[in-house]
Amino acid sequence: QRTCLQMSLIRGTDLFGYVGIEAILDQMKRKTMKAGFEFNIMVVGQSGLGKSTLVNTLFKSKVSRRSNYEEKISKTVKLHSVSHVIEEKGVKMKLTVIDTPGFGDQINNENCWEPIVKYINEQYEKYLREELCVNRKRRIPDSRVHCCIYFLPATGHRLRPIDVEFMKRLGKIVSIVPVIAKADTLTIEERQEFKERIRHDLVANGIHVYPQKEYDEDPEDHILNNRIRENIPFAVVGTDKEHQVNGNKVLGRKTKWGIIEVENVEHCEFACLRDLLIRSHLQDLKDVTHNIHYETYRVRRLTESNMDFGELGLPTWPLENGTRDKCESESHL
Amino acid sequence: MDAIMLQEKLVERLLCPRVRTARQKEKQYVGFATLPNQVHRKSVKKGFDFTLMVAGESGMGKSTLVNSLFLTDLYKDRKLLNAEERINQTVEIIKHTVDIEEKGVKLKLTIVDTPGFGDAVNNNECWKPITDYIDQQFEQYFRDESGLNRKNIQDNRVHCCLYFIPPFGHGLRPVDVEFMKALHEKVNIIPLIAKADCLTPNEIKKLKDRIREEIDKFGIKVYQFPECDSDEDEEFKQLDKELKECTPFAVIGSNTVVEARGQRVRGRLYPWGIVEVENQSHCDFVKLRNMLIRSHMHDLKDVTCDVHYENYRAQCIQEMTSKLAQDNRMESPLPILPLSTPDVDTEKLIKMKDEELKRMQEMLNKMQQQMHEKDQ
Repeated sequence: QRTCLQMSLIRGTDLFGYVGIEAILDQMKRKTMKAGFEFNIMVVGQSGLGKSTLVNTLFKSKVSRRSNYEEKISKTVKLHSVSHVIEEKGVKMKLTVIDTPGFGDQINNENCWEPIVKYINEQYEKYLREELCVNRKRRIPDSRVHCCIYFLPATGHRLRPIDVEFMKRLGKIVSIVPVIAKADTLTIEERQEFKERIRHDLVANGIHVYPQKEYDEDPEDHILNNRIRENIPFAVVGTDKEHQVNGNKVLGRKTKWGIIEVENVEHCEFACLRDLLIRSHLQDLKDVTHNIHYETYRVRRLTESNMDFGELGLPTWPLENGTRDKCESESHL
Repeated sequence: MDAIMLQEKLVERLLCPRVRTARQKEKQYVGFATLPNQVHRKSVKKGFDFTLMVAGESGMGKSTLVNSLFLTDLYKDRKLLNAEERINQTVEIIKHTVDIEEKGVKLKLTIVDTPGFGDAVNNNECWKPITDYIDQQFEQYFRDESGLNRKNIQDNRVHCCLYFIPPFGHGLRPVDVEFMKALHEKVNIIPLIAKADCLTPNEIKKLKDRIREEIDKFGIKVYQFPECDSDEDEEFKQLDKELKECTPFAVIGSNTVVEARGQRVRGRLYPWGIVEVENQSHCDFVKLRNMLIRSHMHDLKDVTCDVHYENYRAQCIQEMTSKLAQDNRMESPLPILPLSTPDVDTEKLIKMKDEELKRMQEMLNKMQQQMHEKDQ
């Protein structure tokens, strides 16, 4: 006897009445609202480029500790992560900001990206172990870095060697969003030229930044993301001070020759960055991290599991149930 | 006749504050008070030269500032290196020379540029090519000065080094400190805050205070403006005080002319306003220009000659004499001056030393010749 699968598409208009399938969207929404979101964002760049100020401006709250000017520049790159729970219209988000003081500040900056690479891989490793446990938690705590904002100083020339080295290595394991920091020192023409040169340098060095072309799921996404890709890196200005402009209170920087409005798209591209990161692509960033970067890491680790862990310098991975279970879990791949 | 009358008028003006009777004037009039004028006229004929070095990471606006300072376009067809090319770049020294004439006074301006400084991932000792260059200029001047033909000595010594500190940081970075410490005893360093149009007035003040603090803390000897003479007038003293409190200067440069307040000025056009380079409330460009060109150019040259060069020379001679002493295995350092009462033995010694010195002199002359040939 042959069983044949019959697949047919029944459109809503053909139904006799209202079934209510779309209510599932509401159910999902309610569940996720109750559970809350987690978002982990890493900021990388030399000291003084306005990383903490930008994060505070993005999330409109003091989530990032502004560095105390009395602190000395640290000799090694130390990663510093701070978590906050912010709530808006009933939606809770656990936001973790990972700061990287000391990056690129020394005279000799060789391998200053290594602590960062190590941290990102450690988060993947943590998640992997949780996932492979026999008794898994219902919701695995997600400390993986969803987005890495890389701050480029507004020199107006091109990418520097340290920028290329960093983004080459990290573009493979995390979604990088490069931004031009303190962009109020570039005129509009200079900004366009700078961006073009940066985009050219990125292509020339084989660096893939978010949104990556290969991961566009459908033509609609492709068009949307292309528009974004034509504009990266975004030229941003951040501040937590408000001023009066035309009777409105705006976030801005007041100088002797005018007020730079942070949220005015004609002044800088902060609003575009905010829309990208928070309003439109936040979930996409998480999906790319989970479906692509994490899976790449996972495949690599599981295929390496035949090797001696000591060689890799990673701590040994204790298998809870012996080698037989290893075969089982591999068959799941 | 006219010249003499002019001179007399000049002298009268110079001696103005003191009131003299006609007879006293005749008795006491020697005429050397016109000396400054004579020097002035001779120098105008000879022309001045000034060597300015600019150092700092790329993208700090050094070229734009130089163009704004001297109202020239020295960097017209410059090609920017891309990141790949820059990975293997070492610090280079590039000289641009331009002759500027204004109201009959000629200035031969040399700008020494240092592309590649601080751009690499590993910037250890990236200042070494720069210190080597400065030492080379000192050495060449030393040889020329000690040579036999001193008529046309070319002075290529670096008179001033403008160091561009990025406005992005919170003060001096390790590379800034190391650079300035390596150079503060060889050249006059004037630190500047570059691209100051990305800072609000408050931020500028904080950054300046912090940089001044750190300069003191690390013992960096930047160029100090000379003290005012006590008999200068109050206005001058006030200006001088303001100048000193303003360091390091926060500067902005521009290659473009924009329309602002009905005039055409050098500036930068932003969507939120126009930055005027020569507006004192916008930045310290005017102060820097006045200081560098209009009031302190000569002092910078004097300090270079009297302090930095003399230090170098003394060090050089000390090394030479200690080397001589070492070569002859003498226990005491050799005096270059002849002894007052020579006996036979010491006479022999003196003869030997004289011959040695002559040989050294010949060597120096040969090297000088070779260098001149190379230059040609």
